Amino acid sequence: MKKGYKLIYQRPKTLTDTRINYCPGCFHTTMHKLLMEVVDEMGIQEKTVGVCPVGCSVFAYNYMNVDMQEAAHGRAAAVATGIKRMLPDRYVFSYQGDGDLAAIGTAETLHACNRGENFTFIFINNGIYGMTGGQMAPTTLEGQKTTTSPYGRDVEKIGMPLKMAEIVSQFDRVAYVERVSCNTPANSRKAKKALRNALEYQGKKLGTTFIEVASNCPSGWKMTPEESLKWLEDKVFPYYPLKVFKKPDKKEV
Amino acid sequence: MGELRLMKGNEALGEAAIRAGLQGYFGYPITPQSEVIEYLAQQEPKHNYVLIQAESELAAVNMMYGAGGAGARVLTTTSSPGFSLMQEGISYIASAEIPCLFCNVVRGGPGLGTIQPSQSDYFQSTKGGGHGDYHTIVLAPNSVQEMVDFVYLGFELADKYRTPVTILTDGAIGQMMEKVELPDPIEYKPDKPWATTGKTKDRERNILTSLYIQSEDMEKKNQVLQKKYDQIKKNEVRFDEYKIKDADIIIVSFGLTSRVTRKTVDMGRKKGMKVGLFRPQTLWPFPWEKLEQYAEEDRIKFFISVEMNAGQMVEDVKLAVCGKKPVHFYGRMGGIVPAHDEIYNHIQKLSEKE
Amino acid sequence: MLKEMVFAGFGGQGVLSLGTLLAYGAMKEGKEVSWFPSYGPEMRGGTANCMVNISDEKISSPIDTEFDIAVVFNKPSLEKFEPRVKKDGILIWESSTIDKGPTRKDIRAYAVPAIKIASEKLENTKVMNMIAMGALVKVSQIIKTESVHTALKETLPQRYHHLLPLNKKALKMGMDLVEKK
Repeated sequence: MKKGYKLIYQRPKTLTDTRINYCPGCFHTTMHKLLMEVVDEMGIQEKTVGVCPVGCSVFAYNYMNVDMQEAAHGRAAAVATGIKRMLPDRYVFSYQGDGDLAAIGTAETLHACNRGENFTFIFINNGIYGMTGGQMAPTTLEGQKTTTSPYGRDVEKIGMPLKMAEIVSQFDRVAYVERVSCNTPANSRKAKKALRNALEYQGKKLGTTFIEVASNCPSGWKMTPEESLKWLEDKVFPYYPLKVFKKPDKKEV
Repeated sequence: MGELRLMKGNEALGEAAIRAGLQGYFGYPITPQSEVIEYLAQQEPKHNYVLIQAESELAAVNMMYGAGGAGARVLTTTSSPGFSLMQEGISYIASAEIPCLFCNVVRGGPGLGTIQPSQSDYFQSTKGGGHGDYHTIVLAPNSVQEMVDFVYLGFELADKYRTPVTILTDGAIGQMMEKVELPDPIEYKPDKPWATTGKTKDRERNILTSLYIQSEDMEKKNQVLQKKYDQIKKNEVRFDEYKIKDADIIIVSFGLTSRVTRKTVDMGRKKGMKVGLFRPQTLWPFPWEKLEQYAEEDRIKFFISVEMNAGQMVEDVKLAVCGKKPVHFYGRMGGIVPAHDEIYNHIQKLSEKE
Repeated sequence: MLKEMVFAGFGGQGVLSLGTLLAYGAMKEGKEVSWFPSYGPEMRGGTANCMVNISDEKISSPIDTEFDIAVVFNKPSLEKFEPRVKKDGILIWESSTIDKGPTRKDIRAYAVPAIKIASEKLENTKVMNMIAMGALVKVSQIIKTESVHTALKETLPQRYHHLLPLNKKALKMGMDLVEKK
């Protein structure tokens, strides 16, 4: 360090020194960083195993310097179940998008939650299929235009956007559910705290922990990053409110 | 000598898995193999393995992926429609090179089909089954004893080659009881430095993936797999023969059918027909070379593949024989087991024609 | 020497366990054995059968087309298996519920009113299969009586061991019902 300079920020140690390929303004980058900061702060790199989905974050293992398995589309919850059941003292997370977790993998998601699998879901809900070029997702908002709903999501035809945090908080064996975002520094701090809570509860074997991130997709939404933040505030949060849906009893914690 | 018991094929397979150091079983009930998960569920409290009745075969195969990837010795069992559902996962497992043992207790198809025994999943099992260029080692037991022996062998081969292994059996072998000698339990100590158990300071992170987005990388990965498959073809071909030394007609059959054709051989021999039985125990790799050798021997008049399907293994027999001798086929479908005498009569007719 | 056998009746009549006991007893005598059930969605009331082979040598097919011994407990099974009994083979049939017995003269047929005896004399219809077993062991000498006792003791779960004396009694009554032809 140069004389006279003071280190005030650096990338988390557990984030690899790799150029990140996510689009500018995408929340994946922030969420990767926050997650790896938590892993660093808890000192659990050696005990962490992650599962990547199919979706934009399919290459998460290029950025996160922990052991990882790449799952088939939708199957991350089953893969994470397999890992956690074999290695119950490790910290296991699945990092999934909305197509993965809430469309093709809904059965795996719900059944893992119902069994109370003791791992952490990190659910990036950006309301669109980013990787395949902006098609409609199970969480696309009513009227929202995508390449497969060019006239806007028609709920008469396709139903309402799925509220996964609300759904999984109904399961007895799910310990902790919170919807967060990282559209502002304040919300990013809350998101980081939620990640930390989830991993700590997992360490205490309290049951399934589920963090939904109301996220953006500037490219898929055909917006600038700034416009996407406004869309979040105006359209997304009213339908997908940021809040704690369920948390463990104080006694358990 | 190990412990002697009278057991159903499905239960014997479960017991063998326990003794061979099973750590994780993930399955979904389907006839005619549900006895495996039932047996393992019943025995679970006495042992140290994890058993999950998954929400579907899709979930089960992916739990296999996760648990196998975490370094555990894992098994799933299913029957034909369920095995179709698992094919996606098996393709991923083959590419990510995760040792897993599968058992398909085959029933007649296509579709929902019948729960009666069949061999109509031969193509699916031996030619890959899912998408992409891959194979699984396919073991074909023809007795309850081999249901046990091939569990040990299957686990070993899966570990040795980091590859999925399939035991391809059928409803009859799963349901029938025979005398079986159970080997002593082993203490399984996995040595899998590639497993995702948590990145320690002394190594780079372990990544299990089947994603190679650059064509060059994907081709390289395929070359690695193909090289491995060549090794397996070289080292792991297994077969069994019966009264073949002086035979001029060779019946080729596997699994349950080979039990029936053994009786056909005895019947034929009594009536003066010089017939012998060649039984592949590995369907992939198939014993192509050995059959080719027989095809080159003058005494052999013809081959006949006898199967419980519309003619699947016969294609491998033809590949091996390579036009050097006639190759015939006799089969029954839909869960019907051919009788030894109907096979004899068919061969008798062929023999008159040749 | 290979013996090919079939046991058939309604589901719940104990035909599968009869075959199991026989296979187990033979195994205990050092024989090669196979037991092959019909299987299907019917649990109770449907027809069930199992094929049992006992041999001094390795058994080829566990599935038989004709039989040295057939034991049948209902009419559909009698109709199905009587034609498939080998010449001079043994056919034991339940004579208190099947109204019309076998017609073949080239087989050794034994009428055994197992259900009637089990319900009237032993007050437990479940042991009807052991009455048939007694008759079978007596006329065929396929395994020793002691081997049946061993099989009963080792295959019955502990919680049913109080029923061992009743089963043995049924076995004895079955033996007394028939004379070896």
